[in-house]
Amino acid sequence: MIHTLVERLPLDWLQYEFMQRALCAIILLAPLFAILGCLVINSQMAFFADAIGHSALTGIAVGVLAGLEQPLWAMLLCAIVLAVALAWLRYLQLAPGDALIGLMVSFTVALGVVILSRQGGFQRYTRYLVGDILTITPTDLYWSALLTFAVLLSLGWKYNHIVVMTLHRPLAASRGVRVWATDVLFSTLVAISVTLSIAWMGLLVINSLIILPAASARNLARSAVSYVWLAVVISVTAGVSGVIVSYYLSTATGATIVLCAMALFLLSTLLRR
Amino acid sequence: MKAPTNSSVPHRVEVAPGYVACGECCTRVEGLSVRLQGRTILENVNLHLHCGELLTIIGPNGAGKTTLLRALIGEVPHTGTLAFYAVRAGHSVGKAVIGYVPQSLDIDRGSPITVTELFAAVVARRPLFLGVSQHVCALARRHLALVEAEHLADCRLGLLSGGELHRVMLAFALTPMPDILLLDEPLASVDHAGVVAFYRTVASLRAQRHMAVIMVSHNLSEAAHISTRMAFLYRTIVCEGTPREVLAHPIVRSTFGVIAPPAD
Repeated sequence: MIHTLVERLPLDWLQYEFMQRALCAIILLAPLFAILGCLVINSQMAFFADAIGHSALTGIAVGVLAGLEQPLWAMLLCAIVLAVALAWLRYLQLAPGDALIGLMVSFTVALGVVILSRQGGFQRYTRYLVGDILTITPTDLYWSALLTFAVLLSLGWKYNHIVVMTLHRPLAASRGVRVWATDVLFSTLVAISVTLSIAWMGLLVINSLIILPAASARNLARSAVSYVWLAVVISVTAGVSGVIVSYYLSTATGATIVLCAMALFLLSTLLRR
Repeated sequence: MKAPTNSSVPHRVEVAPGYVACGECCTRVEGLSVRLQGRTILENVNLHLHCGELLTIIGPNGAGKTTLLRALIGEVPHTGTLAFYAVRAGHSVGKAVIGYVPQSLDIDRGSPITVTELFAAVVARRPLFLGVSQHVCALARRHLALVEAEHLADCRLGLLSGGELHRVMLAFALTPMPDILLLDEPLASVDHAGVVAFYRTVASLRAQRHMAVIMVSHNLSEAAHISTRMAFLYRTIVCEGTPREVLAHPIVRSTFGVIAPPAD
């Protein structure tokens, strides 16, 4: 009986291997982004995460200039340097305003495009802009599993300190939290997660995957525990439904996931207490 | 341990009627300077206070009062030192435990976090999203009870009134129990009953636990009433002494006008 029930479910999208892999990747990465998102929103660093994502383009350009086959390491380096630089500016109480971060986004994108277009092969790199989770390989899957595991482990280690820091920096400092080190750790974790996922998710949508589930959860949650778990549930729901909808509508998967997350966000606004 | 310098009696220093310092610990701020964005905010600030004392920092807007507190907790890059001398169980303690109560309004009130969870975030190692242990819940309640705020344990931080948030922040500053308590404008956004309750708690902490308190305040007459000493800050300590002395100082008078000294 269960067999006939399963047969009658619309699961034909799952018969393709690339769909199965995409689903695995979403289930691995969505919770990671959700938890990071909760902290990013708390510390009002949404724009910062965006800037980190855009520095990837410069990273690719630097990698190409250095003659690297895979620009991944250059992307990582660029993102981490930018993350630490911004953390340092915050520590010196020179908190970069919106304008400065916006300026940096424009600069890194323009620099990347200029260098890459001079090489004549800019088309090759557009996958970093849109991303395609359907092209994810089994090796990529292992990497994303490793990434999720490593980042969650580091987060678990200093999660409480990051929460106090994002809530109130002087308060955290007075309770023995090393604000500078904690900020660098957190910024670097965001930088690594965003950069490694860009090839799968795409630069244009990755930030919304961080922001939307956490923003929805914030509408509904009453405690820090429910905040995180609601964000995880919303994130996975949006991810899985986005993969399925994009299969039936033949649309770009990353963008479809974002639209699903947006729909859930609107729903959470209606249900807001 | 260094002997208190401004006192002829090494032990049991009378610092104000009703309050007795144990004479066995003191706090010194030496040569503290802060430069931010190429601007000198604080220059060569020197302070010395005994346990059980309440020192109120006054000064015009932009004098660097909040920056001084933030430098003392190590959140703002600075030069100079905060040294704490104490004799506890026969050996001296070099590093003071500092409690800090910020101005309440700059707390992120939108964040979904309960009062107990905030305690857990500081004292517990278990990541917050895995829940709070019974042990930490009990600890939070015990510390909230110190400030008569037990009933707020399960409230969301963002839903507390100004006075409630201040008491919670005070309880938070007392976890673990500090040697020095820093209060940034504790009177702002609190109603009169809240102010009275707050100072009653602070007074008992000083009397029972010999806690030294440094407070930034704009309410001069109230501060003069409860302080053992006052200091006028403008980039550096311009003048320092008993409330009566400081309020009579020409610079203080020209900044704030004439304020009636506290009745003895």
